[in-house]
Amino acid sequence: MNSNRLTNIMIPIFAVLLGILAGAIVMIVSGYDPIAGYSALLYGAFGDRYYIGETIRQVTPYILAGLAVAFAFRTGLFNIGVEGQLIVGWLAAVWVGVSFELPKFIHLPLAILAAAIAGALWAFIPGILKARFKVHEVIVTIMMNYIALHVSNAIIRSVLSDQGFKSEKIHASASLRSEFLQSITDYSTLHYGIIISLIGAVVMWFLLEKTTKGYELRAVGFNQHASHYAGMNVNRNIVLAMVISGAFAGVAGAMEGLGTFENISVKAGFTGVGFDGIAVALLGGNNAFGIIFAAILFGALKVGALEMPSSADVPTELVDIVIALIIFFVASSYLIRLVLNRFKKEGK
Amino acid sequence: MKKKRLGLSLSLLLTAGMLLGGCGQAKEDKAAEEGKGNGFSVAMVTDVGGIDDKSFNQSAWEGLQKFGEENGLKKGKGGYDYLQSQSDADYATNLNKLVRSKFDLIFGIGFLMTDAITEIADQKPNNKFAIVDSVVEKPNVASIIFKEHEGSFLVGVVAGLTTKTNKVGFVGGMEIPLIEKFESGFLAGVKAVNPNATVEVQYAGAFDKADKGKAIASSMYASGIDVIYHAAGATGNGVFSEAIDLKKQDPNKEIWVIGVDRDQYEEGKIPGTDKSVTLTSMVKRVDVAVYDLATKTKNGNFPGGQAVEYGLKEDGVGIAPSTDNLSQDVLKAVEEWKQKIINGEVKVPKTREEYKEFEATLKK
Repeated sequence: MNSNRLTNIMIPIFAVLLGILAGAIVMIVSGYDPIAGYSALLYGAFGDRYYIGETIRQVTPYILAGLAVAFAFRTGLFNIGVEGQLIVGWLAAVWVGVSFELPKFIHLPLAILAAAIAGALWAFIPGILKARFKVHEVIVTIMMNYIALHVSNAIIRSVLSDQGFKSEKIHASASLRSEFLQSITDYSTLHYGIIISLIGAVVMWFLLEKTTKGYELRAVGFNQHASHYAGMNVNRNIVLAMVISGAFAGVAGAMEGLGTFENISVKAGFTGVGFDGIAVALLGGNNAFGIIFAAILFGALKVGALEMPSSADVPTELVDIVIALIIFFVASSYLIRLVLNRFKKEGK
Repeated sequence: MKKKRLGLSLSLLLTAGMLLGGCGQAKEDKAAEEGKGNGFSVAMVTDVGGIDDKSFNQSAWEGLQKFGEENGLKKGKGGYDYLQSQSDADYATNLNKLVRSKFDLIFGIGFLMTDAITEIADQKPNNKFAIVDSVVEKPNVASIIFKEHEGSFLVGVVAGLTTKTNKVGFVGGMEIPLIEKFESGFLAGVKAVNPNATVEVQYAGAFDKADKGKAIASSMYASGIDVIYHAAGATGNGVFSEAIDLKKQDPNKEIWVIGVDRDQYEEGKIPGTDKSVTLTSMVKRVDVAVYDLATKTKNGNFPGGQAVEYGLKEDGVGIAPSTDNLSQDVLKAVEEWKQKIINGEVKVPKTREEYKEFEATLKK
């Protein structure tokens, strides 16, 4: 058991190292200096307090998006719709943020709650379709992403603004930003959302590991038929898993809407956070605390990458390649597991 | 207990970062000092199009490069440089990054950066900023805006006189007031010289989706439209590739693209021939404006808090120098309308409302 757990932790670490190594090779082959490249990356992510602030800001939605993907996955569902649920959550949070003027202790939780409900509703549709009609959730969630994108764009144009391309700024009472956080990070866009996302991780861990419902959800994930035979309501658990997953995704959107941007603008395409969430969940082993570390890695890569072109002349596209390589190696964990086991045996 | 441990690990992370930051910073400063030959550095942040969008961002970068070369600056910190944004979330980070690299003048290229510049200008009152295509009223921000409607009017005249099917298309990037200026001016130009022509207007919803541009162009050409004006940045590259593809299949097909921002004659070149599908281009001299502003600032005349406007009169907009595909008659008509606009005889509409009024006056 113990050695098994060690292997489980070793695999993502190995995958990341291999990804970085392969990225270095790609850089050398393309004629760039990998040491300069990676030090620029590191500097751009943690180099000073401003960059640390930006990295934490980027990590915030990644954690929640990762949790959303992982939660559904633990129940045996692929929620590819995190992106769309995130967008409707963002929209709902900003909507509440601009429409009401309330004291902060009501307004802020209300806006976040609205985002969670919006995301949950958006995920409820594929959930119910899966449970009732056995429609595959992957297809439905992908399509729901596009619906979310275009519907929210239409609402931003017609309801939240007068044919403009962005909503007004949310009232200060709904904002997650604080002068204190800005002052310690030299005006980065860091906001209190990071605390919410860490609480989110604890909530997920508690729900799945410490409650009866969580046990049921996991059981459905392991084996639907056995769970059914054991007297569990599989369909209800599927819907529930999607709804909770969607709520996490909606809150991730609230982080962007109430913290990072403080408004919502018409989007030309997806934010990418929801899709990166899939990689975060994968790298984090669908474990609440693993996801935090995976999100830190992805956030650091994303923010640090911006420094690579200016300090080391490495194009940002290369960073995308490195990220892709890491995902590739995580996905091929079977291979790494094989190698690790081989080494272990030889050691004995 | 849990909270405590969390706080501990967070603060550990923070300290580690600060230590690392300490080493990094010293190096950076030194690099910045070395590069600073004559004490002036300038940089820009692109929107998601990037400096190879063959349009707006590229033009701005050309202006900056020219400035850098003329003043003996090196590309990089302490000289002239650019940062490309991958998403909306990067605007503020990139602008701040340039502030931290101690550039003297920082350009935000594009309307979409309005909010980010407004915010950062307040936070960093000692830095100088400039924004293109938007007005930010702060003492440390200079705004550059163009009368795109005037230039679009002229290419509208060209389209109206060139179309054989009396059907003309307009492909916009995002449906924002800025692009509506292009649309309104273009529509007015077409209708002014060819009241029978119809203009189909479509928006791709993005400035960086060439595939969407291609799909829209494909359906437009199929419906009989023979001239398409695009104001869509890199999305417009798809319009070009569709036109070139159609021309390759049938070299006698008379279809045209009107380019935007830069002289896009080269973009429209049909491989294997010396012909181009580019009828003309609405040139917006972002390069000139960027170059001018950088020069002014270097000489200590930073126009902070002001909005500098470039129109036909200032040669900030106009039709491209490549006129191989235009007849003498068309060129003459363009010149006439240009004079009328410059002396104020014709007031070109810049919003959809103004266009409706303009259209009403034509019918009389």
